[in-house]
Amino acid sequence: MRKLIWDRGQKDRRGYRIAKSQTPAVSIEKLLGDDYSKDSLDLPEVSELDVVRHFTFLAHHNFSVDSNFYPLGSCTMKYNPKINDVASNMAGFRDVHPLAIEALQGSLEVMYQTQEYLCKISGMDAVTLQPLAGAHGELTGLMLIQAYHRDHGENRDEVIIPDSAHGTNPASAAMCGYKVVEVKSKDGMVDVKELRKKVSNKTAALMLTNPNTLGLFEKDICEIEKIVHDAGGLIYYDGANLNALMGIATPGDMGFDVMHFNLHKTFSTPHGGGGPGSGPVGVKKILEPYLPKPVIVKKEHKVLLDYDRDRSIGKVASFYGNFGVVLRAFVYMTVLGKKGLEDASQMAVLNANYLKVLLEDVLDIPYSQGAMHEFVASSHHQELTALEIAKALLDYGYHAPTVYFPLIVSEALMIEPTETESPETLEEFAKTLKEILKNLETSKNAPHMMFIKRTDEVKAARHPILTRAQMLENK
Amino acid sequence: MSKIPSELRYTRTHEWVKVDGDKVIVGITDYAQSELGDVVFVELPSEGDDFEAGSEIATIESVKGVSEIYAPADGVVVEVNEELENVPELINEDPYKDGWVYTFKVEDMSVLEDLLTADEYEAVIKKEE
Repeated sequence: MRKLIWDRGQKDRRGYRIAKSQTPAVSIEKLLGDDYSKDSLDLPEVSELDVVRHFTFLAHHNFSVDSNFYPLGSCTMKYNPKINDVASNMAGFRDVHPLAIEALQGSLEVMYQTQEYLCKISGMDAVTLQPLAGAHGELTGLMLIQAYHRDHGENRDEVIIPDSAHGTNPASAAMCGYKVVEVKSKDGMVDVKELRKKVSNKTAALMLTNPNTLGLFEKDICEIEKIVHDAGGLIYYDGANLNALMGIATPGDMGFDVMHFNLHKTFSTPHGGGGPGSGPVGVKKILEPYLPKPVIVKKEHKVLLDYDRDRSIGKVASFYGNFGVVLRAFVYMTVLGKKGLEDASQMAVLNANYLKVLLEDVLDIPYSQGAMHEFVASSHHQELTALEIAKALLDYGYHAPTVYFPLIVSEALMIEPTETESPETLEEFAKTLKEILKNLETSKNAPHMMFIKRTDEVKAARHPILTRAQMLENK
Repeated sequence: MSKIPSELRYTRTHEWVKVDGDKVIVGITDYAQSELGDVVFVELPSEGDDFEAGSEIATIESVKGVSEIYAPADGVVVEVNEELENVPELINEDPYKDGWVYTFKVEDMSVLEDLLTADEYEAVIKKEE
């Protein structure tokens, strides 16, 4: 096992030198008093070379879209064009103090334009860029719904969510104080008959992903919309799968009242390993008064931060959201344009369908009709479990697909190739999967070539080692 | 073939129910634990909490995913198996005895008559398989 950075170096070894102070030193303990002074932190004491080796080692063991195919379903791991990073690293954006953006205008103009683009792509009337990721967008959207119902003197406390939904949907609803009501799927889509039974005057909203987590377009969306709206509820669109629809269909036209975008997924910014993300929320007119403040508005060629919003739910992030991600998404949309975005969505759907066909003879694909930008395969009739297939793929240099999700498919492998992969990559991947399913013995104990071999998932979950102290104890 | 003791009653959501005087003991079936795989965490209700029939009363997390345990009738939680907090694998090892999840004071014991018998439950599993 390679040494952790804490176990390297020597006491008092330093990787930096600070110029000698021109003023006499004062003891910090004396300044702060006993109440605030603590023992020094247990920080690594290492040379510059130790630090460089440590991070170079970690970088070599990193997995990213830049190194390999990354078909992690629902996560849209498309290539992130380098021009996005070039723009976000321009001093005029990078070095701007957040309190100076109104005076300088440039960054604010980018935010305003991004909002405009997102409105066009989604068919919504207004957008806030504040939420910092998808789930944060969900929470914000639900808070808007809550504010709307309260403002109309209604006390609705239930949110309806299909059993195929992303786990964040019920989590966000619960976080917002709502009771979650599940509606079952029929043939992979919302069971409209059951939905009719679940709506009532308690229904605050329905949360829906379209295409849903099986990669299927909810074909009854117009009927679903009517059922929920007739009951007085609103409809929330989970934008995780927006990559299938850009320039082709809009949540606004489908009747959704509020939605979040995952800029880091659909609009190509790096997000493996947890972020940073960006989850702007789009709304129809009826919810606009409640948007988080400040709202970015344009008046006579000047972009302004409008804080004068008496029905606003308040701020949901410090300053204005993850600007670096917003800027990357802005560049992506600007470079591709309307036609380019439409092409991207069509290619995403084509790639998923091509890969689906390539895998049809080895994996079961339970809802194979009308797959869009991703599909869910199942290994339930194979000798290998979804987990074993996922682990075996690592040895071949592939990131594993999403496994055991959605919950309504057993031994699920959720595969999303995205539009940026070539047919050759998809063919190679299919060939590899077939090889894995043939070489059972090798596959069962995989990975063999990885830095970390097969882990004991059960032990890791029951007795997780989360700190260095626990690790040392375990040795 | 999973074990289905004939003296117990069952739910369609794969809980077993054992009548013990004026209360019932509830756990998950052998079939349920084998479908879930290795259980790694159990979130238990608090003693004294009351639940409606069919509402979520506890959560079981396995390496494959998360699932719920539902209340078999209206009633109040009497006792929970605290052992499961540290040794969740008891559910896999001994689902019908040491792996019990909670005991429950049922408002109207007669509703338990509607629960499935071992034979009926076996038919339910067969259908799922």
